[in-house]
Amino acid sequence: MKRTIADVADWLDHRTGIQTAIRQFLYEEIPASSGWHQIFGSVAVFLFLTQAFTGALLAFNYAPTPGDAYNSLRYILTELTCGRLIRGLHHWGASMMIVVVVLHMVQVFLYGAYKKPREATWMVGVVLLLLTLAYGLTGYLLPWDNRAYWGTVVTTKIAGQAPLLGPYAQRLMGADGGLVGVVTFARFYGLHVLLLPPATLLLIAIHIYLVRKHGVAPQPGDEARPKQQFYPRQVFKDTLAIFAAFAILFTLAVVARVPLEQLADPTDTAYTPRPEWYFLFLFQFLKLFPGALEVIGSVVLPGLAVLAIILVPFLDRTRMIQVTKRTFAGAFVLLAAVAWTGLTAAAVKSTPKQDRALAIDYSAPTDWMQLTPEEMAGVAYFREENCLSCHQVGDHGNKVGPDLTQTSIHKDAAWMIAHFKRPAAMRPGSSMPPIQLADAQLNSLAAFLLKLTPANASALENAPDYAAQGALVYTANKCSGCHTVNGAGTDFGPPLNGLVKRHPRDWIEAHFADPQKLVPTSLMPAYKLPPRDLNNLTSYLLALPE
Amino acid sequence: MTDPTTRRGFFVAAIYGIGAAISAALGLPALAYLLLPPKTRKDDEWVEAGDVTKLAVNSPVELTFRRTRTDGWKVTSEKSTAWAVKQPDGSIVAFGPQCTHLGCAYHWEEGKTDFLCPCHNSVFSIDGKVVSGPAPRPLDRYQTKIDGSKLLLGRLLTSSEIQG
Repeated sequence: MKRTIADVADWLDHRTGIQTAIRQFLYEEIPASSGWHQIFGSVAVFLFLTQAFTGALLAFNYAPTPGDAYNSLRYILTELTCGRLIRGLHHWGASMMIVVVVLHMVQVFLYGAYKKPREATWMVGVVLLLLTLAYGLTGYLLPWDNRAYWGTVVTTKIAGQAPLLGPYAQRLMGADGGLVGVVTFARFYGLHVLLLPPATLLLIAIHIYLVRKHGVAPQPGDEARPKQQFYPRQVFKDTLAIFAAFAILFTLAVVARVPLEQLADPTDTAYTPRPEWYFLFLFQFLKLFPGALEVIGSVVLPGLAVLAIILVPFLDRTRMIQVTKRTFAGAFVLLAAVAWTGLTAAAVKSTPKQDRALAIDYSAPTDWMQLTPEEMAGVAYFREENCLSCHQVGDHGNKVGPDLTQTSIHKDAAWMIAHFKRPAAMRPGSSMPPIQLADAQLNSLAAFLLKLTPANASALENAPDYAAQGALVYTANKCSGCHTVNGAGTDFGPPLNGLVKRHPRDWIEAHFADPQKLVPTSLMPAYKLPPRDLNNLTSYLLALPE
Repeated sequence: MTDPTTRRGFFVAAIYGIGAAISAALGLPALAYLLLPPKTRKDDEWVEAGDVTKLAVNSPVELTFRRTRTDGWKVTSEKSTAWAVKQPDGSIVAFGPQCTHLGCAYHWEEGKTDFLCPCHNSVFSIDGKVVSGPAPRPLDRYQTKIDGSKLLLGRLLTSSEIQG
């Protein structure tokens, strides 16, 4: 068997030279000083390949047009097995790639590995960093939620500020006059999946070729020491680093939920866009340049900074010295790190708590938004009475009692209420304890249970607590006597769906306390609600769909 | 220091081991993602296809109706048809509109009292059985229900699904 494999390998090598090539690649000699500090390049290549893989998987179930993009992403997240994991890997992989590429660059900078004859290797590397950022910028738009849309509006406006080239840059992005739409989307998608990946592959190939051509950069003193081979010791170190990076990435993808906000809404005037974390420093930097000076902060200085980074090998032409003696380079990196951290921290601090958005998780089913307040109050009673300790609903709960999503056990509301009060009387032999709630409350519970199907069971688990509690306040105060929510109630007062578009939270809370103060013609009585109830009710009303 | 050959063996084993672990951690979810069906969100709904009182016994009529179809992330309403045959006992048999050979639309030959597919000349009798031609199995049938005078159609089943 072993012989046959060797024969096949020999045959293949004669025709293609593949074995020889791999051997040459692996047994390349590297300086004695090589070691753990040189792992970042390999990790970056690994992350790039992972991004390509998960990106292709996402593309298999993704429709690259606005609207459909959002729906297909929700389909991936809510209906496909492992869809959430794969999107998580792609999302966090992007962030990790930025981190690793920057660390790689910092290492090369600190060690002075860009010096003659490795200037071209450095410059290609800087272009690869810019490409990595371009992935971040273009990929940000692709979920087509509010975050994506408004983030890109800002991006294209900044591009428009570039001296002379601004309007052309905007046209190139498909955002003439800063208007983000279908053309912008197509351009960003095309860049993200068609142009950037082959460009990256090509530049990685050139980058690695150059590294091989000039050899791994030695440290002073290496000449006197015997060289080591790349394989297996350094490959082992690289692999271990890749494994650590992958473990972090996988954990993030499983544990940290990637947000998905509501569908992009160009008419949402209250949305505060923020860029991805790695662009926050630029965002904050911009604030230092008010008025006409803005273009300096948005385009001129960042442009000059990139140029300076590209030209580093020509700005520093000193001889190679030990990394520990490169105090100026070390101080420079430290200063840059402090500036970056300061700007990012300031940006985070200045970000308003988006309490308007209420953190509705659109990456999970949102069928709960379609429930009437009465049914929603039923969700609250369902949770309070801890029905899941005996009953199964979807994938959750215990199997002591029947599965509540089965239509066969759904009788009419009157039967169910009688059953709640005296379970054994309606179903002989039932060991269910009676539910101690008032009739109106049992009515809510029955209304909710009648709505329950296998299809929406998982969605109802996702109903946030504020919505269930808010609906309790809503039903207790008989709001449906004057208002409608999701088609239920009376249209004596204004319908409450879409309230989020009409009034801010402060206004709504003030309006409860004294309606006539804000709307003199209002017939609504004042409601002095305890702060918790007021908060839940307002949050619930703001979460209602349009 | 351990023997250099064992250390080398350890490095190589670790490289392959980690490579295999990462491939599995990426590959298995990818397979699940691509091969497992989407979580079912909707039960098959019954759609109203027509009025049974307008059908005559043993006289096939092509009924046109709209049904919603969940297609990935889209729910579309599409036109659909069925060949309905009223049985002497009043029940209805509704055949799917496509030939079981290669999916062409067949039609009822009034004079010959057979269903004929124009593509490759498959012929089906009024009870859907293959009379001649390349069709591999009898015509597919919709699940049917009668509600008053309304004919309701459910899922389209093949003959083996009906028997099984």
